[in-house]
Amino acid sequence: MSNDINVNPGLRESATFDRTTMHEIRRAAETGIYDIRGFGAKRKLPHFDDLLFLGASMSRYPLEGYREKCNTSVVLGDRFAKNPIKLDIPITIAGMSFGALSANAKEALGRGASEVGTSTTTGDGGMTPEERGQSKKLVYQYLPSRYGMNPDDLRKADAIEVVLGQGAKPGGGGMLLGQKITDRVAQMRTLPKGIDQRSACRHPDWTGPDDLAIKIQELREITDWQVPIYIKVGATRTYYDVKLAVKAGADVIVVDGMQGGTAATQDVFIEHVGIPTLAAIPQAVQALQEMGMHRKVQLIVSGGIRNGADVAKCMALGADAVAIGTAALVALGCNHPMYDEEFKKIGSAAGFYDDYHEGKDPAGISTQDPELMKRLDPVAAGHRLANYLRVLTLEAQTLARACGKNDLRNLEPEDLVALTVESAAMARVPLAGTTWVPGQGF
Amino acid sequence: MKTFDLSEATVRDLNQALHDQSPECVEREFEVLNPKGQHNLACGIDQNLSVDIKGHAGYFCAGMNQKAHVTIHGNAGQGVAENMMSGTVRVKGDASQAAGATAHGGLLVIEGNAGARCGISMKGVDIVVKGSVGHMSCFMGQAGSLVVCGDAGDALGDSLYEVHIYVKGSVKSLGADCVEKEMRDEHITELTELLNRAGVDEDPTQFKRYGSARQLYNFKVDNVSAY
Repeated sequence: MSNDINVNPGLRESATFDRTTMHEIRRAAETGIYDIRGFGAKRKLPHFDDLLFLGASMSRYPLEGYREKCNTSVVLGDRFAKNPIKLDIPITIAGMSFGALSANAKEALGRGASEVGTSTTTGDGGMTPEERGQSKKLVYQYLPSRYGMNPDDLRKADAIEVVLGQGAKPGGGGMLLGQKITDRVAQMRTLPKGIDQRSACRHPDWTGPDDLAIKIQELREITDWQVPIYIKVGATRTYYDVKLAVKAGADVIVVDGMQGGTAATQDVFIEHVGIPTLAAIPQAVQALQEMGMHRKVQLIVSGGIRNGADVAKCMALGADAVAIGTAALVALGCNHPMYDEEFKKIGSAAGFYDDYHEGKDPAGISTQDPELMKRLDPVAAGHRLANYLRVLTLEAQTLARACGKNDLRNLEPEDLVALTVESAAMARVPLAGTTWVPGQGF
Repeated sequence: MKTFDLSEATVRDLNQALHDQSPECVEREFEVLNPKGQHNLACGIDQNLSVDIKGHAGYFCAGMNQKAHVTIHGNAGQGVAENMMSGTVRVKGDASQAAGATAHGGLLVIEGNAGARCGISMKGVDIVVKGSVGHMSCFMGQAGSLVVCGDAGDALGDSLYEVHIYVKGSVKSLGADCVEKEMRDEHITELTELLNRAGVDEDPTQFKRYGSARQLYNFKVDNVSAY
């Protein structure tokens, strides 16, 4: 039965062929091409909401919420690099490209991250002066396309992230449609203006983990072993990927679950490839622990992190830090209701907008339109992001203290229970009120 | 001239010495002995140096080169001169796959043959191969020129952007959106200049030119079968 109060309650909507499904069938029939959109997976997935913390009581002592310290700093990349990254909070900004985002949005991300002592990350399109200038700690992505890649920027970076995939589209390359290939974007990527740019999905000069080890060594040689090398993978066969990444020589591993966002790709890719973030973390941690590298090679987790509880749950499952993308854009002003009328003019609505690839974002974030870009004040937006990051940190600290932990990284799986059998099995923590971890025996 | 014997010194020693010339150059000529196919030799140079590698090199030799002139007196492994920005890299023997991958500038000369994907995703480099190139060469090539004095393998120039490709011998097949184009006077002039820079004695009028048909630059339903 439909939940829409305007529909005759005697009418029953098909769960299989619901209105969204039928709309997509009609759209495909009319256009003959798949749907391209941004954002991340919109389907309901087992997620951090399905976990709860066991606060301290008789058997555990809590810490005073306003008096006792709870450390949030973390050092990333001290395995081989001469200059590892020290972050004041374990929440970083994920890679998002100039091109997908406006220059003002990139600047705002840098400002917000720097205000609270954390890092931001470039994307598929190179490093902009605005971004480097405003990011005290900047991670430079090394992607299959190598758009804008050059040794000068490589040496300006505080870390290098070799991207093998992202959670929204593991196995797929980047996409930036012609509307957003302006003169500046085209020049940075050495592409003709206005083309539909489809990035490579594989690196052009290496294949497989043995080659990757040599590639990592090359990057270390070029940068004289100064900065950490991250490896980013989309969450799929995470256990094996993490083991191979450690063997290849990564200092830090970034695992991006399928709720992670993208600027543009096929809807079928976003919704049907990869595994939930919740399922990926225990696989990654198991791989690190079996190699004796947990906490030695740091783990950053991303994909659908929205609040301090999500941060704390990631860390309790074994992550050293998290990365946020979609949530950071929302903090800047993405999908803001103040633009609802304009969203409607382009066939969307505030809270639903995902056509980032079209470059018409009324909020001035996922666009290269000079007039729309002006709407985002990078200083004010950066401050909003900093506020949001502070709230995430405070919330995570609140939960950690309640569990008696004086460091976010002291949270552990033992502090968690699950609300559903699925989440218990994926997170490898007991179903609430039981000692049962599905798949782990009794 | 500074000599590094890699049977005694390490690759790290060599690269650090080359990088140390960037802020202030006190030694312009380097000779590398007994490279024995080691990887990542002479990568990341940012100075007008002359480096002679007396033997075979492994993966990524002269990667991200800027300004330097590197000669490999032997064969080169995968990804020689990858992402080169400027300068010259010359391979006296054969080069493995992905030679000159993503390179933005400079000149890469391969006096022997090159393997698969020569010039993949090239972004402005000029590549001259005296021998033949393997399959998928110039795949997704964006800018620059690829000159092949021998033959080209399957799927030459697949998904090509704006690279100018010149081939003297046969082309086994062309990749998606790559077509043969008219060899006009300006192309003869460009090719003559490329051959002269590379020091290759060939008749430019014997070459054919290939480039992008530019039909796949934007998504069109009619082109679905090409993907």
